Amino acid sequence: MSTTLQKTPTGAAARPGSKPKRHYGTHIFLSVMAVMWLIPLGWSLYTALRPVAATNEHGYFSFAGPFNFDNFIQAWNQGGFAKYFWNSVIITVPAVILTLLLASMMAFAVSRVSWKFNITLLIMFTAGNLLPPQVLAAPLFEMMKHFEVPYSVSDSGNMLNTYIAVIAVDTAFQIGFCTFVLSNYMKALSPDLTEAALVDGAGIWRQYWEIIMPLCRPAFAALGTLEVIFIYNDFFWPLLFIQSGDRLPITTAINNLQGQFFNDYNLLAAGAVITVIPTLIIYLVLQRQFVAGLTLGSSKG
Amino acid sequence: MSITSQQTARASASRATGGPPRTGRGRVRRLTKRDRIVLSVMVGIPTLIQLVFVWLPTVMSIGLSFTRWNGLDLNDIKAAGTDNYQFIAQDYPPFWPAMQHNLLWLVFLALVATPLGLLLAVLLDQNIRGSKIYQSIFFAPVMLSLALVGIIWQLFYQRDNGLLNFLLGTAGTPQAVDWFGDSSVNIWAAMVAATWRHAGYVMLLYLAGLKGVDPSLREAASIDGANAFQTFFSVVFPALRPVNIVIVVITIIESLRAFDVVYVINRGTNGLELLSALVIQNLVGEGQVIGVGSALAVVLLFISLVPIVFYLSRTFGKENKA
Repeated sequence: MSTTLQKTPTGAAARPGSKPKRHYGTHIFLSVMAVMWLIPLGWSLYTALRPVAATNEHGYFSFAGPFNFDNFIQAWNQGGFAKYFWNSVIITVPAVILTLLLASMMAFAVSRVSWKFNITLLIMFTAGNLLPPQVLAAPLFEMMKHFEVPYSVSDSGNMLNTYIAVIAVDTAFQIGFCTFVLSNYMKALSPDLTEAALVDGAGIWRQYWEIIMPLCRPAFAALGTLEVIFIYNDFFWPLLFIQSGDRLPITTAINNLQGQFFNDYNLLAAGAVITVIPTLIIYLVLQRQFVAGLTLGSSKG
Repeated sequence: MSITSQQTARASASRATGGPPRTGRGRVRRLTKRDRIVLSVMVGIPTLIQLVFVWLPTVMSIGLSFTRWNGLDLNDIKAAGTDNYQFIAQDYPPFWPAMQHNLLWLVFLALVATPLGLLLAVLLDQNIRGSKIYQSIFFAPVMLSLALVGIIWQLFYQRDNGLLNFLLGTAGTPQAVDWFGDSSVNIWAAMVAATWRHAGYVMLLYLAGLKGVDPSLREAASIDGANAFQTFFSVVFPALRPVNIVIVVITIIESLRAFDVVYVINRGTNGLELLSALVIQNLVGEGQVIGVGSALAVVLLFISLVPIVFYLSRTFGKENKA
């Protein structure tokens, strides 16, 4: 794995004799594609930067100013973005930590200890991650609805409308993928590492927590980044479980804003751009981790 | 990248299991009682979560599909035989359109989005200038949720104020197309939006795969006088077989999972019916026909099992034999 994470200079090093080719055709094609790729995002940003008065006067397809951040401010204040972002944090942080912790325990057990049901369990975990979530929607919804809890825990009297429901199902769904990736990673670590510890009398927990876990840091960085994005971007489970609008995380709430900002496309565009910003920051700062995570476990459906 | 990691993992795994059996058994024997308890907790908790929140609901979906229930009182669940399946096949108008749309979605991703991603990867793998910048641009949509993709493209596709109709010169005229609203074109518009995201993902996976292809293979082919196309299709592409399998599976599963985009546009109605959206419509809509929704979910489940089983047998089949 470490070998593949390194950048391998393919072209130049691999073909020392060949002349550097000029790729005019390729560049033209790629530039055209790149511009087309940027248009939808660029158009949203452009629309968001223009006051609705300007677009009403000149039309959306015009270059007349002024440009300012009024739509962002207005969308932020009217749309309740601060609240939605906080809701996203409440769901994402525990879900990612739980997923990584549980998946690493499972991965350790199936990869470092030989045991009869290793492969069976791993298959079960991997398959679970590949199912379309809608397959489980009805029973999960009913399970949450009929699981009664005191009103002091949940104001609906059951697990619907709680963050715990979303966190639990998000975690269950993502464990499979992380277990698969981490178990491959742990299998690649030399067996001597834990053998030596075993001779020293280290128990299973110490082997896991003090020897294997620190060695898995690169995998955790990659998977952590990936999972933050996955869970932040999750639209479906909050849609299913959370009924009161003010508890929705941002990705699901943006769908309601469509109705709220009806016909004010400048505001809607600003809302969309605001929602993109956290992922874009993660992308720019942690791009390598993210890409490594995706390619590490390309089993992800 | 994952492919190489899996291979190294497999190699070391076979080293561990393929060696003298002493290693395997010895380790188990050396586990103390405390270790066994720790291990069963480490395995037990994740397995329990997985069973309760993934596999139990899957089985319950199958069970509920043979019942009639409005979702209120558990005592009201009535056996219904195969009525729900008969209903969706014969009397439920959106079912067959949804099947067709799911198939169309798959074909579109397989014939347009995936080859486009492969093409981008091959071009970017040539060590050209600005490759990183191109990669970042093509990859950016992968970071967005599909729900947001739907909204961003809505701004692009609108009838009166969308960019596309301006570019086509039809904005404000009666010929202007409501790309997401017109039931004869909206599935295509939605698939283009989905392609925007899918192609970048495929590109990334193929780029990682291409880096793993032994350069001497290409060299040998070019010495033999093969041109770029011949080299790619007869040497490089076959060497990418493990990545190809992953991509095939991802493409099929993505087409079955397509939900967010159509749900954001119009909840999966009026030309955008998809199996996954129909499941939810039956679940949350008025009436709450859980049995019908579950029957649709079971259809979706059995279709999904085809790529899942294919992938699992590919991935774990060899390990079992080792």
